[in-house]
Amino acid sequence: MTNTSRSWTIVIITFLLAIVAAIIAIGLGSVSISIPDILRTIFTSSSEAVNDTIIWDIRLPRVLLALIIGANIAISGALLQGVMGNPLADPGLTGVTSGAAACVLIIMLALPEYTQFIPVAAFVGGLVASSIVYALAWRRNGISPITIILSGVAVNALCGGIIGWLSIMFSDRLPAAVQWLNGSLAAKGNNALYMVLPYAIGGWILSIFAIRKANIIRLGDQVASNLGENVNRIRILLSLLAVFLAAISVAAIGMVGFVGLVVPHMARLLVGSDYKFMLPMSMGLGALVLLIADTGGRILFSPLDIPAGILMAVIGAPYFLYLMRRRTF
Amino acid sequence: MFTVDSISIRYEKKSVIRDFSFSVKQGEVVSIIGPNGSGKSTLLKAVSRLIPYHEGTVELEGTNLSAMSSKQVARKMCMLSQKNQAPNDMTVIDLVSYGRYPHKKWFEKLNQEDNEIVKWALDKTHLAEYKDRTISSLSGGEAQRAWIAMALAQRPKILLLDEPTTYLDISHQYEVLELVRALNKEMGMTILMVLHDLNHASSYSDQIVVVQAGEKAMSGTPNEVMTTDMIRHIYRMDAEIQYYSPDNKPRIHLISPAR
Repeated sequence: MTNTSRSWTIVIITFLLAIVAAIIAIGLGSVSISIPDILRTIFTSSSEAVNDTIIWDIRLPRVLLALIIGANIAISGALLQGVMGNPLADPGLTGVTSGAAACVLIIMLALPEYTQFIPVAAFVGGLVASSIVYALAWRRNGISPITIILSGVAVNALCGGIIGWLSIMFSDRLPAAVQWLNGSLAAKGNNALYMVLPYAIGGWILSIFAIRKANIIRLGDQVASNLGENVNRIRILLSLLAVFLAAISVAAIGMVGFVGLVVPHMARLLVGSDYKFMLPMSMGLGALVLLIADTGGRILFSPLDIPAGILMAVIGAPYFLYLMRRRTF
Repeated sequence: MFTVDSISIRYEKKSVIRDFSFSVKQGEVVSIIGPNGSGKSTLLKAVSRLIPYHEGTVELEGTNLSAMSSKQVARKMCMLSQKNQAPNDMTVIDLVSYGRYPHKKWFEKLNQEDNEIVKWALDKTHLAEYKDRTISSLSGGEAQRAWIAMALAQRPKILLLDEPTTYLDISHQYEVLELVRALNKEMGMTILMVLHDLNHASSYSDQIVVVQAGEKAMSGTPNEVMTTDMIRHIYRMDAEIQYYSPDNKPRIHLISPAR
């Protein structure tokens, strides 16, 4: 009982922290805005016109986008780790991100007249790439961390090759795609936000239904099927949801690595492996982490805007190595 | 109550079990024995639907198993594997509560009745005071009892156990088998298990089924099955058999490899 309330407290604190961080992040930048001003603008919209534009058209959409996409990728990683029974699975290592990116880039560079199909292309690309990783890593008794890393490396290299080839073929159109490839939230504005939001909300609602199934899978295939579950069907459905959440994020802001790996792991350390807590925890923490990465990239080297994906890689890769050393998987 | 009728199982193209039939009566303890690689665990997995079988039928209380949904099966039958893995931070009571899962709709929470069944399962397995400990902090025997408690909370009519004593030392083996016997005697739960140890099979079973190279070699009461001939024929060992009171069940002493 005490454990349950402790876990809920941690989850709620994380969400509150994300909200506080969001308000602070709105104030930070080349024009700094005080917190009372921000609150006055958002809740009464009766402040100066300049602040109004900066907040409503530039900073708020960017902050919300960071929160939403951070949550999406972290939930995606948490689901994939459950499905594969493997704490190293995440949208990056399992090929979802690079597969989605390759397909999006095909449209962006080769077929720019079809940009409305970018979300679909991302989903298809993520699905194909992760299915290949899955098929290669699968052994009779499940998926081992080693085989998933090896097949992930192979498929990511293939997708990287496609991305490189496209960049050379269409080098004249490349500058527009570079920011996107590095996972940047700069100059996204309300369009990207409106594109992602409905998909994200749909995905989050489906995630609530996924909690119980993800928990059953934790007990292993035999026990889950003994409890009357169709394990393969659960695996496929949860994987589809994870790919969907990661792919729409890629479609919106490009490749951001490590959020899906690091955040669910931190969530597990904080609230345990029960998805009832672990999934909302990943959601809140993912939002917070990506917001910090994006805001950090925006202000640390101002006026340069370092893409959040680059900052995440710089922070995330050492954490990943640390996990490997500790052998917690 | 549980009837297996001429089933055959193949792994890829290799035939593992051929034309195998046996039946288990209500309230019976039935053990499957046989040498390593004879197919006994495969047989148990197939009749519990963990792996597919290719010919024949399995009936539970007169209904063909393949005509039932996974959930319907889970309410009547529970299979426990040799070794199970729970997440490191899962507590005993959480694990046992999962046994109620097949009886719930996807949105339903555990109610008073479920909680009572969970408590009863914990009491039966003497785990009440361990309920808030994590599975990973328990000894092998205690962990095996926790998994059996989960199976009990499932309230199956028939409990299938795949070598429940492997990985346990002799006192824990005894403890688990005594628990199985108590479940059978006190609740009338039907038990079908795979055992390695001939003396365990002999003293805890009403009926023994012997598997050899994927086929049924023989079946019957321990006194019918446990003969020096059977042991020489199936295991290629010479043995001596004694009968002890009060139940006069055979006790096997192995002597040397058969010539």
